Amino acid sequence: MSGWIDHLVIVPILLPLVVGAAMMLIDDRRHILKAAIGLASATALVIVAFLLVYLADGGVTGVYRLGDWPPAIGIVLVLDRLSALMVTLTSILGITALVFALARWHRIGVHFHSLFQFQLMGLNGAFLTGDLFNLFVFFEIMLAASYGMVMHGSGVARVKAGLHYLAINLAASLLFLIGVSMIYGITGSLNMAELSGRIAGVADADRVLLEAGAAILGIAFLVKAGMWPVGFWLPNTYANVGAAPAAIVSILSKVGVYAILRLWLLMFGEAAGQSAGFGGSWLLLGGLLTMAFGTIAVLATQHLTRLAGASVLVSSGTLLATIGIGQAAVTGGALFYLASSVLAVAGFFLLIELVERGRGVGADVLAVSREAFGEDEEDEPDVEIGIPIPATMAMLGMSFMACGLLLAGLPPLSGFLAKFAILAPLLRDVHDVAVTTWVLLVALVLSGLATIVAVTRAGIDVFWVSPAGEVPRIRIVEIAPVLSLLILCVVITVQAGPVMRYMEATANALHSPASYAAQVLPPAAAGPVKGGGR
Amino acid sequence: MELVLSLGIGMLTGAGVWLLLRPRTFQVIIGLSLVSYAVNLFIFSTGGLRTGAAPILARGTSGTLGLYADPVPQALVLTAIVISFATTALFLVVLLAARGLTGTDHVDGREKDS
Repeated sequence: MSGWIDHLVIVPILLPLVVGAAMMLIDDRRHILKAAIGLASATALVIVAFLLVYLADGGVTGVYRLGDWPPAIGIVLVLDRLSALMVTLTSILGITALVFALARWHRIGVHFHSLFQFQLMGLNGAFLTGDLFNLFVFFEIMLAASYGMVMHGSGVARVKAGLHYLAINLAASLLFLIGVSMIYGITGSLNMAELSGRIAGVADADRVLLEAGAAILGIAFLVKAGMWPVGFWLPNTYANVGAAPAAIVSILSKVGVYAILRLWLLMFGEAAGQSAGFGGSWLLLGGLLTMAFGTIAVLATQHLTRLAGASVLVSSGTLLATIGIGQAAVTGGALFYLASSVLAVAGFFLLIELVERGRGVGADVLAVSREAFGEDEEDEPDVEIGIPIPATMAMLGMSFMACGLLLAGLPPLSGFLAKFAILAPLLRDVHDVAVTTWVLLVALVLSGLATIVAVTRAGIDVFWVSPAGEVPRIRIVEIAPVLSLLILCVVITVQAGPVMRYMEATANALHSPASYAAQVLPPAAAGPVKGGGR
Repeated sequence: MELVLSLGIGMLTGAGVWLLLRPRTFQVIIGLSLVSYAVNLFIFSTGGLRTGAAPILARGTSGTLGLYADPVPQALVLTAIVISFATTALFLVVLLAARGLTGTDHVDGREKDS
């Protein structure tokens, strides 16, 4: 009976794969059947994800050996706190985006549900794998499904943005391959745990090649994360994606950040000999530049979806900069920020569609010209004191405000707690604060300021100033995911103690790659979890 | 041997990158294909270039990489070829969809206003 717990690690990959493949055999017009199966799969994934978090929080790294091959030869899946956290975030986003899609989006294009399941499979696989080339394969699965998600619903603007997205990601995948093969050629291993042990022993003549290969590999991840020189595709693509696909595609930028976090700390931690800390300053610099670029983009946009895309840039930049600092306590804060921003951005994307439904075409541009040129005074009919706000507008308005607070990092919600958790360890010794800390502090505050200015301006335009449009007609299946994501953010605010303890434990485990390697590789003959075989 | 291979990879990459930056979608696809050829050759070459090494283990010899060709880069190349093939097919479909929707094969969806 203990066998099924051991195999729980592979369920987040196998379940969506089988369900997605089986759904392709069903005729695409049977929407209700497909929706039911997809929803059942997404619910099961949420339950499995929380079980995995519970298992991982015990401190033991669960290793699942595919085909029961020894880790040095075969591919392993590794369940530690970070993987469990990312799988949980994916499953939460999965079920909320799917429920939202049940209103309209799942009928707008073909094979939505299968593509959605494959997207979840690719994401879960990328987070769970412990092998570098297996990471590439799951990246490709995730990206291939995302191409379908980004272009779901068709239309000129969407396909145009999708074409650019596709070309850029194909080029980045080629860089991924070059980096992986260089690393394999020098160290002779693709297993992440084994790599962490071999970096220190690399000969000096080969070290340059190894670092070059790692840098090329890093660029592939940074393209996904949207770091400044290689992230120009991100706002344009995210502006054109439909709402329900956008909610799940928004976590793809965090996959790049996860890969950087995992591999940089494993390969270039303190135990890496001469290469220790390689690239950390570049991560910090690139993250700060991304935050600056995202701040300007946030202020410059007129469209709400583009504002959301720019917020993704700001959050990616924040994460990269805090990871680049390379201290365990700061990384704990970064993980809290990761969780908060993933949930907030997804909720924001879903909310934008609901909010824009009541506005006319081109309302954003009209709002700008109204600000610039004023509007004609119209004769108002009898002014009622206190026009009742319909419940829909009230709910949308409160949600918009909550999203704004979360994205900007203002109290009392989790965005502020996250920024505080990032800065508190750096400012602990008041007399000895590094210059980079001051720069990061300024960047965090300014990006938050820009976000709140932009969101407030957009909110005033949408909810208060615009001429009375129609009250948008919202269905329960559409507002429920938005509210549940925001309520989750409130929950992690209220329960910040246990959540931060988990994040700090995760960060400490990440910053000690030797313990990761010791648990994944032999000689622990009685490995914690064994998989495959009979 | 290394020189020939390096020159080949370099020329393919250079031609591919130049094509990748062109404004017509078909040129982008051919550019991506050329770069993927180059990358596949590169992956294969990281296994160590040697002439005359047997791909399988001869009877009675032990299994060290000094005696036979490294199979892992070959597996990596196969996977990379399959994935590039599928994504090239996908790109072609998107190219056709963009051509149908925008009426032009320019990557930006409309001709440059000049």
